[in-house]
Amino acid sequence: MTLRLNEDQTLEARTRPVSAAGPVVAAHFLGATAAFVLGEEAVLLVSAHEERRVATRAGGILAVAADGQGVVTGGDDGNVVMTRADATSVVVARDSARRWIDRVAIGPKGAVAWAAGKSAFVMTADGTRRALEVPSSIGGLAFAPKGFRLAVAHYNGVSLWYPQATSAPQTLAWKGSHLKVTWSKDARFLITAMQEPALHGWRLADRTDLRMSGYKTKVRSLDWTANGDWLATGGADQLVLWPFQGKDGPMARSPRLLASAPAAALEVACHPKEELIAVGYAHGLVLLVRIKDGAELIARRPDDQAVSALGWNAEGTLLAFGTEAGAAGIIDLR
Amino acid sequence: MTDRIPVTVLTGYLGAGKTTLLNRILSEPHGRKFAVIVNEFGQIGIDNDLIVGADEEIFEMNNGCLCCTVRGDLIRIIEGLLRRAGRFDAIIVETTGLADPAPVAQTFFVDEIVGRKTKLDAVVTVADAQWLERQLHEAPEAKNQIAFADVILLNKTDLVSAASLRGLEERLRALNPYATLHKTQRCHVALDAVLGRNAFDLDRILDLEPAFLGPADAHHDHDEDHDHDDHHRPDPTRGPGGLVHHHDEDMRSIALATERPLDPDKFFPWVQDLVAKDGPNILRSKGILAFKDDPERFVFQGVHMILDGDHQRAWRDGEKRESRIVFIGRELPEERIRDGFAACQT
Repeated sequence: MTLRLNEDQTLEARTRPVSAAGPVVAAHFLGATAAFVLGEEAVLLVSAHEERRVATRAGGILAVAADGQGVVTGGDDGNVVMTRADATSVVVARDSARRWIDRVAIGPKGAVAWAAGKSAFVMTADGTRRALEVPSSIGGLAFAPKGFRLAVAHYNGVSLWYPQATSAPQTLAWKGSHLKVTWSKDARFLITAMQEPALHGWRLADRTDLRMSGYKTKVRSLDWTANGDWLATGGADQLVLWPFQGKDGPMARSPRLLASAPAAALEVACHPKEELIAVGYAHGLVLLVRIKDGAELIARRPDDQAVSALGWNAEGTLLAFGTEAGAAGIIDLR
Repeated sequence: MTDRIPVTVLTGYLGAGKTTLLNRILSEPHGRKFAVIVNEFGQIGIDNDLIVGADEEIFEMNNGCLCCTVRGDLIRIIEGLLRRAGRFDAIIVETTGLADPAPVAQTFFVDEIVGRKTKLDAVVTVADAQWLERQLHEAPEAKNQIAFADVILLNKTDLVSAASLRGLEERLRALNPYATLHKTQRCHVALDAVLGRNAFDLDRILDLEPAFLGPADAHHDHDEDHDHDDHHRPDPTRGPGGLVHHHDEDMRSIALATERPLDPDKFFPWVQDLVAKDGPNILRSKGILAFKDDPERFVFQGVHMILDGDHQRAWRDGEKRESRIVFIGRELPEERIRDGFAACQT
């Protein structure tokens, strides 16, 4: 499909409001069903015909990952829970010491990863579980796009772990606290968001460091465009796009900056097919931004509710959003 | 934002009574709900719904400052607790007996999300009257905790004589004359003496008068519930540069005052350079400043090299426009600080 961006038009008339009644920490689609993950207890499943509140646990939800089939959540109850569009919610793993599960990831063939403190765990679909201890608390987990490999971000670097191999993980070292971690789509680069307002990256072939700084705040949202050419991030009063088209990635290149606003861009979600990015800001604005010409379309007007969740369906026809204050909705772009 | 969640940090050397104070806070019929972050989770009986074990993971920020260390685990825990923000009114962080309070405090100034949603209320240090003298002698951690404190509970006063209690108070005052001091047994203290202190709130920096032990103090050391907010102020003996200091071996406080207006174009570069160079040794700093041709009071406070400052309010009619600054730290370069401050005066 082709989106026609018309600057005179907003998408409010195409928005179906959803009452989350609590902070929304993530929004994903499971097929045609939108899954709004709340800060506590529940996932709100919204399909064309109904809204269902599915309990995942009695406590806070600290981490979320989704793959179009299911939503995995980790919580302060020490449980890893898989919730599916049919409103089933199953505890797939429990931490034996009831530690907080504050990082999760979904891998290939039904594999799930989670972290509690300094321990990372991977469980494959057959229930086999493997664990890795790293020297400090885990800031981020990400499966590689190909193969069965997990990036585990922590203090002073990232460990690259083949859970099915006996060899020790390789370590990419860089001083500081590494939080979110993400692989480029071609698996040539690994990027982390740090405690400082900066990203750090490595070109994996030769371990060349990439330093991506200039942010206003800690970057809490990163996403790759569908073709992998751009890494979109929040963390500034605009959308920041790092170019990854060439073999050197963003080395010695400046990011493209689009969609300036009077508030920090907090959440970004790349359209699954086109070079189009949904950007959510601290004052409630959601913009759709086209990379080619920088065209902007207002998807949600500012109202001082910080945007905390954005997610596209697989076709790129529906965009779900949520705010810290509990507003949520689904925008239909068809 | 006005509804930031207050955070109280409880420190104190091993065995001083931190857990006793924590349990006292939690069990009082105050109707408030606390989220509690403890170390050594599971080893002590604490009855509270929201209780989290912490790892005390400290790391250095990549900002060129060796002393800018923060508690990474605290950032993660507070972010997690904020998912359930409606369930509690305040957060209490209990540190280990050997902890340096600075990384805890700095976390609230360095992390943007934590700083936006929560505010550091006060660092409360519990000191063991029976063993304090020895701890101060043997453990730099104990001294740090006292020097850093906004509120000190001199606990277990029933285990020492009146004479040694007075000696201990003098010792505490020498280390930190700016903290509020309470003498307690079994940490019995009114809750508002330790909670809701707003010690890091720029709007609450009212005066920077050090507390001295007045002669009267010797006669009422039995009053564990008594509020010792009323600082005793015998006329401080001032040196030629308006300098007052109290020193305890390496750890000391330095106070400077002047009625000559300050030149902001000289003061800010000076104080920033000072904390950049001597930040590792400066535990706390505070100031009330009168700038030339500025109708408003400027206030600042700092932890090591992190400074936070703003205009506070207009100087009142008849109010003495005096600038006062205070540094607490170890091996402070007194002459250099005095000369630097003098050079900022117009």
